[in-house]
This record gives sequence, structure tokens and C-alpha cells, in this order.
Amino acid sequence: MTLNAGIVSYGTHIPKYRISSDEIARIWGENAEIIKNGLGVYQKAVPDVDEDTATIAVEAAREAINRGNIHPQDIGAVYVGSESHPYVVKPTSTIVGEAISAGNDFYSADLEFACKAGTAGLQICLSMILSGMIDYGLAIGADTSQGAPGDALEYSASAGGAAYILGKRDLIAEIEDTYSFATDTPDFWRREGQPYPKHGGRFTGLPAYFRHVISAAKGLMDKSGLNPSDFDYAVFHQPNGKFPVRAAKTLGFNMERIKHGLVVPHIGNTYSGSSLIGLAAILDIAKPSERILMVSFGSGAGSDAFSITVEDGIESFRRNPSVWDKIRKGVSIDYGIYVKMRKKIRVK
Amino acid sequence: MLPRFWRKIKYRYDLVGSYCENCGRSFYPPRNVCPNCRRKSNIREIRFGDCGKVISYSVVHDSENTRMRKPYIVAMIKLDDGPVITSQLVCSPDEVQTGMRVRKVFRKYGEEGESGIIYYGTKFVPADSE
Repeated sequence: MTLNAGIVSYGTHIPKYRISSDEIARIWGENAEIIKNGLGVYQKAVPDVDEDTATIAVEAAREAINRGNIHPQDIGAVYVGSESHPYVVKPTSTIVGEAISAGNDFYSADLEFACKAGTAGLQICLSMILSGMIDYGLAIGADTSQGAPGDALEYSASAGGAAYILGKRDLIAEIEDTYSFATDTPDFWRREGQPYPKHGGRFTGLPAYFRHVISAAKGLMDKSGLNPSDFDYAVFHQPNGKFPVRAAKTLGFNMERIKHGLVVPHIGNTYSGSSLIGLAAILDIAKPSERILMVSFGSGAGSDAFSITVEDGIESFRRNPSVWDKIRKGVSIDYGIYVKMRKKIRVK
Repeated sequence: MLPRFWRKIKYRYDLVGSYCENCGRSFYPPRNVCPNCRRKSNIREIRFGDCGKVISYSVVHDSENTRMRKPYIVAMIKLDDGPVITSQLVCSPDEVQTGMRVRKVFRKYGEEGESGIIYYGTKFVPADSE
């Protein structure tokens, strides 16, 4: 099966500051080695005081537009998926549309489905392109995720985003097929007006992440008649460094096929940006006709799976700076600067 | 305040200025009339490129409204294909120097408290950062 539509361009943004798990553990009197071994996260990206989900989304979108040489007014839809939109009421997508000079003729909305809101945007844009409603669609997953001080989430909840321009012409990668799996599973949530999310601890594993990721991956492969051996790369949602590795192993993917997209040990969990930044890291090195499996996961819960084949256009596509270049450029900060940047202290 | 900012969104979110087709001078913020050509002005809107270089700067060490950011840098930046503009340069005071290459980024300017509007716009960072 083939959908004859896919990725025309992509861009990413990873804030430059990093805080290490050692530094967070030092503050809370925890054993850093146990944390690092348990979570598989060594440091995370921290947004500057003047960065938020809208600024990250705009930076990623501008990189995608510049690399793809797309005229912004040809973009017919802008969807931004996040669980940290700057406003509860007032869309991020219109800020992005204005900042990229998309004009006023575009479909837009903000999406929310925990960490899979960005891949939901990909599916919406893909559907609109296939139906003939639009020529190009911009789908973004971006977050400045929240973790309460002292909570286990504080080691991983980070910031970053990725933007994908989809279309039917001049593809760098075709989306062959997509499949979603969803259930009502309360593994992680944030109630209205609450600054930090709550989670079910170990319950976030088997009944939530693993059930949905594995079901979506298997569902996609059953639907499209593919096996794990048909994929050169796989990338999964990365809440920590352990879950995606275990999901890959369960499905029959070795480390060689997931290691390049496994960015979480170095930048943390970028939530809606997570699997999309991992996919971008793989596209940075992928060759024509290679096939990629991407599976996102959003708590609450659901997974979107995609089968993507790389096209010849990737060879002439500008892929620098790469995701790994951006990861390596991080600047370390201590916990005091971190709490100031994340506004965890109140200033009169 | 709100409508005043809303009117300028286009020019703050991106480097949208103007130039005079009669004499070739460019302006940011945009001007409606060229001060050189006056009644012969032929003003057009233009989006300038992303990069430029620092021609001068000041490090600001105190400001009631930017306590979270201080010290911060205000720089005069000569755009590659446009005029000299004044902007915040987001980097350490140790990094900044006259002549350094910079590129535009989209950042928050500020916000009206915890329940008010958030103001966004263009700032600059060293060209090789991020």
C-alpha cells in the first residue's frame, strides 16, 4: 500500500541549556547512579527564560521552511500539538502562522493528546493532502514539559520540538501507511489549572506505554503486510531511555536500528517533540529506499504508528545542522539557574 | 496596549520593514515616507534576511522589568541586506563582540503578568549557536 504523500521538509529546535541528572539528584539527596541507570536519562534540555512552546514551534517551522524552500503562503494548514501551549485559550498555531508569514488562508488548530499530539497533526495534514483540501500542511510537536520539583519526572521532562511539512510533490520521504491504537487508560494526567502533571508510577509502563506502542506497531505491520525485518530504522516515543529500548526488543528490533533516533538520554523527554525529533535524527542520515517505523505514545492513552520510506530527494535535501549537532551544542547549568529559567521561584 | 502591540505583530514577529524604490534606502521599523525622497518616495514592504553583524552593543545590568534576564545585551545590528536595527542579543556578555555574526530568533518579549497577553518578537543569537 502507498499513500503517495509524505514529508517534503522537516526542522527541529532543541533549547541550548542542559541540566544533568547528577545535579538534580544532588539537590534532592538521591543516588544519581541509580537514577541514571533506572531512567537512562543523563541530562535534559532546558528552555531559556524567553522560550516557550510557541517560540520552539516557530523556530522548528522556520528551519523546515528554509530547508524545503517552501513558500510559506503555499502552506494550507498549521497544526501544533503540545501539552504546554502558552495559553489555555488562544491558539499557538496562529502565532506560528503569523511568524512564518503563512498569510491568512490556512486551516489551523492546537492539538492536545499528551505526547502524541504532534503525530496526530501529521495524520490530519496527511488526510487533508490526500483529500485534495491542501497542497502542503505543517504539523508541529513541541513542548516545554512540566515536572514538579522533587518528582521523578523532573529528571526527564524537557523541552524541544520538530516541524514537518507534508505534501505530494518533491518528497524526501513517503508516508506509506499509518495506524492508531487508543484506549481510555489514565496513566498520566494534568487537571485544569494545575501546574504539574500526576502519573501512575509503574502503571505508566505495561498497561500504558508498552500496550499502546506495541499494539500500534503490530497493527500497522499487520495492516500493511510488513515485518520488523522490512524496516531499516525504528523510533519510538521516548519518556526515558529504557522504555523505547524494551519496546524495540519486544517487537524484534536490535539496538543498531534504534540507536540513531534514541535522543532521550541526552536531551530528556521532549513530550510532543519526542518521537518526531527521533525521526528527524534518523532522516538526517537515512538513504533513499530505506524504511523507518515511527510509533508515538500519548498518555491517556494512544499511539500513532507510521511506515515511512526515504525517497531520492533526501540526497539533495539540506540536513545540517543535524539533530545530533544540536544535541552536542548544549550548555550545562546548575539547579539554581534551572529553577529561575523554569520560573519555579516567584519574583515580585 | 493590546491593540498597539497587535498592530505591530507583523513587524515584530519577523524582520518586515520597508525600502524606498526611488533611492534604495531601507528602513526598520518600516516607514511610510522616505525621509530623503519625501514626496518622491516610492515605499515598498520588504522582509529582510535572517543574519547580520553586531556594530555596537551595551550590556544592561539592571532593569526592574527584566530581572529574570539580567544582565542582558542590547545591540545595534547591521542586517546583511538591510538597515541597522536595535535588538536584544541573547547570549552571555562574555561572548558578545563587535563584528560578530548573529541571526534572528523568535522569542518572548514579555508578558502582562500571569493572566495577561504574552508578547513575542524577534531577537538575535550568535550565528553559530543552537
